[in-house]
Amino acid sequence: MTKMIGQRAIASLLSLLGLMILVFFLSRLTGDPAVLFLPIDATEQMKEEFRALHGLDRPIIEQFGAYVWDLLHLDFGDSLRKARPAIDVVLEAYTWTLPLALITMALVMVAAIVLGALAAFKVGGFFDRLVSIVSLVGASAPDFWIAIVAIVIFSINFGWLPTSGVGTPLHWVLPIAVLFIRPFGLIVQVVRGSMLSALGAAYVKTARAKGVKNRPLIFVHTLRNAMLPVITVMGDQAAALLNGAVIVETIFGFPGIGKLMIDSILQRDFNVVLTAIMVTAIAIFIMNILIDIAYGVLDPRIRQ
Amino acid sequence: MADALLEVRKLSIDFHTARGTVHAVRNVSWSINRGETLAVLGESGSGKSVSASAVMNLLDIPPAQIVSGEILFEGKDLLKASQEERRALNGKRIAMIFQDPLSHLNPVYTVGWQIVEMMTAHGRPADAARARALELIARVGLPEPKQAMRKYPHQFSGGQRQRLMIAMALMLKPDILIADEPTTALDVTIQADVLALLKELQAETGMGLVLITHDLGVVAEIADRVVVMSQGEIVEAGTPRNIYHNATHPYTRKLIAAAPGKGAVKHVDAAAPVLLDVQKLRKTYGGFTALNDVSLILHKGQSLAVVGESGSGKSTLAKTLLRLEAADSGAALWKGCNLIAMSARELLGVRREIQMVFQDPTQSLNPRMSVYDLIAEGWDIHRLIPDKVARRRRVAELLEQVGLLPEHAQRYPHQFSGGQRQRIAIARALALEPDLIICDEAVSALDVSIQAQVIALLDDLRKRLGISFLFIAHDLGVVRDFADTVVVMKSGEIVERGPTSLIFDNPRHPYTQRLLAANLDPDPDVQAQRRAAAGRAGA
Repeated sequence: MTKMIGQRAIASLLSLLGLMILVFFLSRLTGDPAVLFLPIDATEQMKEEFRALHGLDRPIIEQFGAYVWDLLHLDFGDSLRKARPAIDVVLEAYTWTLPLALITMALVMVAAIVLGALAAFKVGGFFDRLVSIVSLVGASAPDFWIAIVAIVIFSINFGWLPTSGVGTPLHWVLPIAVLFIRPFGLIVQVVRGSMLSALGAAYVKTARAKGVKNRPLIFVHTLRNAMLPVITVMGDQAAALLNGAVIVETIFGFPGIGKLMIDSILQRDFNVVLTAIMVTAIAIFIMNILIDIAYGVLDPRIRQ
Repeated sequence: MADALLEVRKLSIDFHTARGTVHAVRNVSWSINRGETLAVLGESGSGKSVSASAVMNLLDIPPAQIVSGEILFEGKDLLKASQEERRALNGKRIAMIFQDPLSHLNPVYTVGWQIVEMMTAHGRPADAARARALELIARVGLPEPKQAMRKYPHQFSGGQRQRLMIAMALMLKPDILIADEPTTALDVTIQADVLALLKELQAETGMGLVLITHDLGVVAEIADRVVVMSQGEIVEAGTPRNIYHNATHPYTRKLIAAAPGKGAVKHVDAAAPVLLDVQKLRKTYGGFTALNDVSLILHKGQSLAVVGESGSGKSTLAKTLLRLEAADSGAALWKGCNLIAMSARELLGVRREIQMVFQDPTQSLNPRMSVYDLIAEGWDIHRLIPDKVARRRRVAELLEQVGLLPEHAQRYPHQFSGGQRQRIAIARALALEPDLIICDEAVSALDVSIQAQVIALLDDLRKRLGISFLFIAHDLGVVRDFADTVVVMKSGEIVERGPTSLIFDNPRHPYTQRLLAANLDPDPDVQAQRRAAAGRAGA
């Protein structure tokens, strides 16, 4: 198990390196930041000075070498726009995105597992059908549309919740609710399907022949076996949230990583884009390793 | 019979499926008392497990529907009892064990937890349950019960897992134990041990044992009474001896006649040219030696059986010869050329000459391909018979050759029975006109009566087409009927080899002797004699 995690960590570092190279050069292809940053009537000399100041006049390989050198000293460079270390800007955005993602995923997990398991136990019944319909709608409705409709209903018509921004706990309600819907719809389907096949397993028959009651039959004997495919999908969905729910954050004016990334790309704030992508990648790699560990905890056959 | 502890009375159960209603059991009655052993004998689809599942409330309703009848336990009809009453009975008064203990144990919990749960689920304190579990794990013959409690099902062997299932079933000292094919997935020597254990435990606890099986040998060894089931009905009931010698129903007679190991033994034609010469074949997986310098010679037209228990290396031998696994060292001369060292291009030609028939045709036939496509696929690969009309004619011929009909060509595998599917697999192998067919447990998944038919078919093909067979099997009766030469494998080595008659009549290696002794004879008298002889030897 430890060996497996070690291998995963090394593989992750390599992919991180590849990702950094890719993003560094690709972002330089988008154009010259000097043109965007300086006023439209800036002289060529001003542009030269700007480039020289930020090292943009040097050959691109040299720029890359300098970037890697700084990176090895944990210096991610400065944000052009904010004139602050890029890493600070990114981590600040994460202090908003991380709780948003964690709270949403926790709610999704509890709701999807409980409802999906119960739906599978009485398959074809009223409750099962209700869960299926709700989840199908949830998984297929576009989140930007739900976000806008939710603002119209709850903020504008009823005036219960703020339309956008942050500041009070109430500001979190709509973003979490909107982000909740799609992963919930997807995961509840996976839990239901996985539970259905697990309930047909031979060991469930053994448990019934032992006289095990229904509740432990579902939540002890079956659920743990059914969790393995669920965890994989859950990891995927959590990664999407960590990546920054770009559209939802933008609609709600939520200062998270998704919004930061979009803004920085539009302004060619290379260092922030690179840093945001790398920090996100590290977060996703860590989460994948956590998923591997969860697999091992749930299934003793994987531990060996 | 009014005072039987458990009585199934005139039970009829239907299954409502998409393809219509199946009468799974019709008017079935049997009963059991403490201390008795009742065998329910039948082939797959006979409904032999259904009444027992009904007793345990394990049927899913729907699709199942109990049409009529009663299940009386201590005179009370279980079918009228509440779900909670029935749950409380399960495990406590009537316990059940199953075929294939690996899938019937929960893979993610320790066996200790699962055994203890048998008592905690019925409200007993956990520490008392743990003490009883330790005692029972030791009783069923597992070393180091304390360590065993902490291990998971996959860390045990098949025989050990079934012992653990038995320990679990006995936790609450049930009055009746229902065993559904408890030894079917096990090797013969392990089967003998597990049956002996069940008998001992029955003598100690006085429980009644309901044994559901397809194996006449198991019935002969253990049962006091037997009911024979066919197509959902009990066609015959009586003592094993009575049924074996004086069966009146045609189905029972057919079943007894189909029991393998009764025909004339075949002899080798040593003058035939050598087809395959395996020399010191070796294969290791990490530190585990699967094949340890295995050598054997196969003549043209010969049927050579490789006999051994699971883990003996017999399947690895087949895979290595087919180059599905790479050998570590050694040679296998096929018509003089070394199979092991052949290039991919040379191998392609040989692939046509050596075909394989696998154990489970449900898995080895692609469910999305029609029978025609399955049989004709090899011709595409080897660029044979390009003409469509000729192909269709040849497929029809092949289907007739294996006892199917030409119009079956357009159907898909799921539309056939297990025996028919294995015939399709054989037709597929024959399509390429091979010189050698390797059969890896090709008849072990089939019912006894079907098994006899498939063996007869293979033997006919050998005689008519001169095809050689490498026949990998664990069932000695089948081997005796089909093979002319036998090699016995144990732990990756050949421990004994010789003509079939010699191996069966005069085995020299202790392991071969043990295998033959553990092989159950369908005749209850033969089994009784063997038990008496073993008893004398033991005393």
